[in-house]
Amino acid sequence: MIPTSYYILLGSGLFTIGVIGVLTRRNVLVILMSIELILNAVNINLVALSQYFHSVDGQVFAIFVITDAAAEAAVGLGLIIALFRNKETVNADEIDLLKW
Amino acid sequence: MAVDMVLDYIWLIPVFPLLGAAIQLFVGRRLSKNAVSAVSVGLPGIALVWALGCVGEFLKLPADVHVFTKVLYSWLPAGAFRLSNGALGNFNVPVGFQLDPLSAVMLLVVTGIGFLIHVYSVGYMAHEGGYYRFFGYMNLFMFSMLVLVLANNYLMMFVGWEGVGLCSYLLIGFFFQRKSASDAGKKAFVVNRIGDAGFLLGVMLMAVTFGSVEFQQVTEQARSGRFPVGSTVIVAICILLFVGATGKSAQIPLYTWLPDAMEGPTPVSALIHAATMVTAGVYMVARSNALFILAPTAMALVAGIGAATAIWAASIGLVQNDIKRVLAYSTISQLGYMFLACGVGAFGAGVFHLMTHAFFKALLFLGAGSVIHAMSGEQDMRKMGALWGRIPTTAKTMLVATLAISGAPLFSGFFSKDEILWQAFSSPYGSILLWFVGFATAGLTAFYMFRLFFMTFAGESHVPHELEHHIHESPKVMTVPLICLAIGALAAGYVGWPKILGGSNHFEHFLEPVFENPSARAAFEHTWQSEFGLMLLSVAIAAIGLLIAYFWYVRRPEIPERAAAKAGPLYNLVLHKYYIDELYDALFVNRVKNLGNAFAAFDLGVVDGGVNGAGWLTRMSGELSRYWDTWVIDGLVNVTAFVVKVLSYPVRLIQTGLVQNYAWMITLGVVIFMVYYFVHF
Repeated sequence: MIPTSYYILLGSGLFTIGVIGVLTRRNVLVILMSIELILNAVNINLVALSQYFHSVDGQVFAIFVITDAAAEAAVGLGLIIALFRNKETVNADEIDLLKW
Repeated sequence: MAVDMVLDYIWLIPVFPLLGAAIQLFVGRRLSKNAVSAVSVGLPGIALVWALGCVGEFLKLPADVHVFTKVLYSWLPAGAFRLSNGALGNFNVPVGFQLDPLSAVMLLVVTGIGFLIHVYSVGYMAHEGGYYRFFGYMNLFMFSMLVLVLANNYLMMFVGWEGVGLCSYLLIGFFFQRKSASDAGKKAFVVNRIGDAGFLLGVMLMAVTFGSVEFQQVTEQARSGRFPVGSTVIVAICILLFVGATGKSAQIPLYTWLPDAMEGPTPVSALIHAATMVTAGVYMVARSNALFILAPTAMALVAGIGAATAIWAASIGLVQNDIKRVLAYSTISQLGYMFLACGVGAFGAGVFHLMTHAFFKALLFLGAGSVIHAMSGEQDMRKMGALWGRIPTTAKTMLVATLAISGAPLFSGFFSKDEILWQAFSSPYGSILLWFVGFATAGLTAFYMFRLFFMTFAGESHVPHELEHHIHESPKVMTVPLICLAIGALAAGYVGWPKILGGSNHFEHFLEPVFENPSARAAFEHTWQSEFGLMLLSVAIAAIGLLIAYFWYVRRPEIPERAAAKAGPLYNLVLHKYYIDELYDALFVNRVKNLGNAFAAFDLGVVDGGVNGAGWLTRMSGELSRYWDTWVIDGLVNVTAFVVKVLSYPVRLIQTGLVQNYAWMITLGVVIFMVYYFVHF
């Protein structure tokens, strides 16, 4: 079989890429995509470990996370549209109303 | 006693003018001139009628009753105290009224002449401002003078004494807008006050010696033989009392206020400074005759000063050119005669002269007022002349008065003055020197009085052109009192018709109960030839004075100027009143003023300086507080705020408003936690 550590590594790699994407990308849609990436990385981890412990709990939880991610994406897109209506931009660097 | 109906209310006599004074001074401003006149003349008139009633009833009292006393209440019941000889006494001063021959004479003089002068003033003061104020003060004066003469003890007399001094000040300074007038009022009051200090000391000494200050008590004790003749205490009392008399009656050395007092309106000069107030001193000495008889030293002092003042003042009056000044010095001189009489034991003669003098001196002053009225205010005699035909009533009454004061036979002054000169010559207390001084003064009096008369009414007219057509006789309200006084000046002497000319000298007889003096009277037996001879001499010297005045001022008017020029420095000395005022100024007045200035400087510098300094200190401490508050307290607060601001700069920069930055901070925190966790486990 494929060793579980490979799945874990893949998951953390994707997670890191997602985090770096959230922290550094300018476009809010890309930040949203990066958040999806983080969530999916967590899913891979969950399924891999579910197989390792011979328990189906991990897979069930992964289904929850997928549902949650979908709802969150809908809400997030709604936020972005509202933001765009007000500020005419999708550049995260320009949304600094709370600046000192 | 049914007959004493009016006499029992004798205390009302001073109350009538007091009522008048109260009305004038409180509501007089709102009354019409006629109302003021009616009240201020009517009330003294009622007082006069009441006084006549009282004296009338007094005369009807049984022959052995010589005194009537009415005590209203006890004013100073001070109680037990120790007399100077160790005995225990009970001091009580009542508010009491005494009517005896002496005070009866004074009462009638004051009310009678006072009333006439009030009538005259209605006309004289008609065009002056402050009409109601004038009459208020005049009535107040009448009240005080009546209290003085009717009192039955020295302290109540002193109340009246002070009251007349006050009214004198108020009336002399009546035209107070004129500095000379207000200065004269001040001078009169201050000089009077000096005399009053002596008077009060005398009364205090009397109180501890006799245990009482009532006239009857003191006189009884003095005549009881308790004190030897010439006892030091009595001499001291008499001298102190006489000091008071010199102040009030303008004798040497306290006479300087009287000439200045002529600044007041002429009726004031007539009433106060001729007929009544200035005679208070003579009245007081006569009232104290029992004491003076026990003190020959004091008598000699009184007679000496009286004679000296008489001739001193007469000499000054010779050269004065203001008509009222001449009369002022004449008053001082005649008062000297009265004191001369008292000093030689002839108290009755002194009071007699007081009465006749009141008539003719008041008449002289009122007549002078009439002349001044006609001359539209001019008082310098060198600008008068030939007024006889223009103001006949005034002129004729003035002639009567001038003859009276010069001692022309059959006029009142002749009888009284002659009596005094005779007593000065013949009394055991008198001497030829005293007589001679009086005799010489009589000559001078005749001269300067007729000088006044001729310069004013006879000779050539020197009246300036603008005043010429205003010359007019005074209205009846002024001339009728003149006529009444002229009758008095003529007739008043007859009550004292001397024995050697056939009369029985009623006046002195009337006053005898007051002046009991058995030892002195026995020695008055000189021959009638000497008395008659002296009488002729006095008439002769008066006639000489008159003739010289006539010659100098009617026939050859250039002589006075030539004589003045020849006498040069002597004339100047006398014209300037021997520079006595300047002497007093240098010796006393300026010294007191310097002392006052020194005190004022102390007050300004030290006392006010202290107060100002305290204020400055308070202000300075306030400044300090302000600095503290501004720099230290507020500074602390500001520094705190500054520190907070400075520290918050870097912290502020964390808030960039970019969500990504915040997310990066969270991630960093998680990483740090994970590293820490992995390192420790």
